[in-house]
Amino acid sequence: MIRYRIWAAAILLVGFLGVWLLYASQTSESGRPFKLGLDLSGGTHLVYSADTSGLPPEDVRPSMAALRDTIERRVNLFGVAEPIVQTERGGALAGNLEERLIVELPGVTDTEEAIRLIGETPVLDFRLLREGEVVPIDSDAEAIESAFEPTGLTGRFLEGARLEFQGAHQGGLSNQPVVALSFNGEGARMFEEITTQNTGRILGIFLDGQPISTPVISQPILGGRAVITGSFTPEEGRELARDLNFGALPVPIELISTQTIGATLGARAVGEGLSAGLLAAAVVAAFMILWYRLPGTVAVISLTFYTTAMLLLFQFIPVTLTAAGIAGFILSLGLAVDANVLIFERMKEELKAGKTTREALSEGFSRAWPSIRDGNASSVLTAVILFWFGTSLVEGFALVFGLGVIMSMLTAIAISRSLLLAVSGDRRNPLAKFLFGSGFKI
Amino acid sequence: MIIIAYKKVFFFVTGVTVALSIAAIAAFGLNFGVDFTGGTLVEVRYEAERPAQNVVAASLRNAGIEDASVRPSDDDIYIIRSGVLSGLDIQTLPDAVSVGGEYPAEIERFTEIGPTIGQELRNKALVALVLVAVAIVLYIAFTFRHVSRPVSSWVYGAIAVIALIHDILVPAGLFAVLGQFFGAQVDSLFVMALLAILGYSVNDTIVVFDRVRENLRGNIERGRKEEFCLTVGRSLTQTIVRSLNTSITSLLALLALFFLGPNATQDFALTLIAGVIAGTYSSIALAAPLLVAYEKMRS
Repeated sequence: MIRYRIWAAAILLVGFLGVWLLYASQTSESGRPFKLGLDLSGGTHLVYSADTSGLPPEDVRPSMAALRDTIERRVNLFGVAEPIVQTERGGALAGNLEERLIVELPGVTDTEEAIRLIGETPVLDFRLLREGEVVPIDSDAEAIESAFEPTGLTGRFLEGARLEFQGAHQGGLSNQPVVALSFNGEGARMFEEITTQNTGRILGIFLDGQPISTPVISQPILGGRAVITGSFTPEEGRELARDLNFGALPVPIELISTQTIGATLGARAVGEGLSAGLLAAAVVAAFMILWYRLPGTVAVISLTFYTTAMLLLFQFIPVTLTAAGIAGFILSLGLAVDANVLIFERMKEELKAGKTTREALSEGFSRAWPSIRDGNASSVLTAVILFWFGTSLVEGFALVFGLGVIMSMLTAIAISRSLLLAVSGDRRNPLAKFLFGSGFKI
Repeated sequence: MIIIAYKKVFFFVTGVTVALSIAAIAAFGLNFGVDFTGGTLVEVRYEAERPAQNVVAASLRNAGIEDASVRPSDDDIYIIRSGVLSGLDIQTLPDAVSVGGEYPAEIERFTEIGPTIGQELRNKALVALVLVAVAIVLYIAFTFRHVSRPVSSWVYGAIAVIALIHDILVPAGLFAVLGQFFGAQVDSLFVMALLAILGYSVNDTIVVFDRVRENLRGNIERGRKEEFCLTVGRSLTQTIVRSLNTSITSLLALLALFFLGPNATQDFALTLIAGVIAGTYSSIALAAPLLVAYEKMRS
């Protein structure tokens, strides 16, 4: 008996420690805040598809990595807090594989601004004019496509760009603004190779798919430097150099999905989710105490532990909370008592069969176990498939659902059991019958 | 056990609900959300007065957004759906919804999903549903593998899936009706709710089956002869309070979510409420009686 009580005291202590930890983390400055998804914090979620059709397969991965870095630099430059930029290979289930870029911008609620912010990143690449072709005069995309062939030299290999003014002695108009490009080591090697092998041909410098400058390669160029001479003003030249310095995209990207949620809508959703959660916990607790009396009260303590443990897990994993995730958590408050209910019903049967409270308890627990195990295993299985189902919206829900199932099982078995053993004693009197009874009968 | 004794009545009730659900889906169709079809969804909140529906629709048409549908939500919100917008339309959107600044408004939610992503999500949803169903049959057949008499473990699995189909058809039918009359949509959240229902319902069914398994084993150990229908009936009696109580606590939590929770998850809560009721009903009044009916049919 004393052993059970020490156990119970230790468990309660850990529980209170958890509650305190949670409380402290929310009230102190240094505490870990909950990580809110975009639908709760407000912000913009953009999905781009990257056109990698012009790249050899082995270049796709590094190009996507370069794409991610470039966009990340660009987004950081605009002072967005904690942006998420990631690449993904998607479309497998829609029948066409494509490389995607996902950009999440918390706090940016002006869709247009967000799109512009990213859209201004130039796509830079170099293409050779095919033999026997002339540079198309109009900007018809198809004509350009067929007249030039890609060289593989793209914005990925760019190190920096600078506005310069070309002097008269170099043969052009005096003081014409030009943008000087310098390549990184690999880019310089490629540029050297291209200019050596194709001397006499036209090498087009393309920005966003349009030839901006189409010089003839007069001699092999060593040292990894190129110059864009176009008919731009010094102002335009400076902007181009700036944009190229932020990074030039190795592949063109196209916006395929946009999602913006206003900050007030998100904040309201958090508040409403919180009050729904509190009410849910209160009514579930009231039901459990009214119906199951003493064990019900113990179940409510377990439920408190469950809630605390889950919230701590959300902070420390961390789980990105979305509206759906919170909904999943509220549902789990209702489901979490299931294991307790199973056990209590079993206990009641044993008590009816004339066992003492202690015997009924241990019998109840061991007999309810297979049902709890099998039922929860199938729920976890569902959660895993849900998690795979995938978008960030669903992942949050699946994680909360799966964690909730496991955690509720653990709290029911470890906590309810120890606490009940500690308070039950080995009784068979009317009071024990009342306390361990349930339902409408006294 | 009354449910086993009157199982035909319950089969009839189940048959009628399923038939009604299928009829509703066939007649009204499901109203798929933009995340499945691709397109644009805009939620606009008006700061002062909300203009009439046709005023906003006309204003959108003037701005070049032809196919928009405008639907009110709450007292100060319009939800606008249309096809994928071009860059130009996005720029004119704030002006268009406020009818040229006459009715100050804020765009609270803007979602635009390209057709590829829509198709991908749709396919993923289907695959996930099928995958869950298959995983559950395999799982049940495996856990109940030692139970082969009088009914093989595969039958337990198959019956669980029949119950699952019922549990999905009922909320889907409900949403076909709600979609027709209130514009409720079948979107990713709806599918998530269905998957959660699958998990919930199979859990419920397993608890009943588990009791049947235990009682069958008990009978063998004690050398007692009991008709299968009585064993199943006894198992149901033993588990029905637990089934009802768990669904009551879940429903209480979901009702709190439905009434107090955010707008975004209201339909989600409704789907789950329908699913929990259907799931509890099916494990008590469909799965267990089917077990008995199958055994009767074979002998």
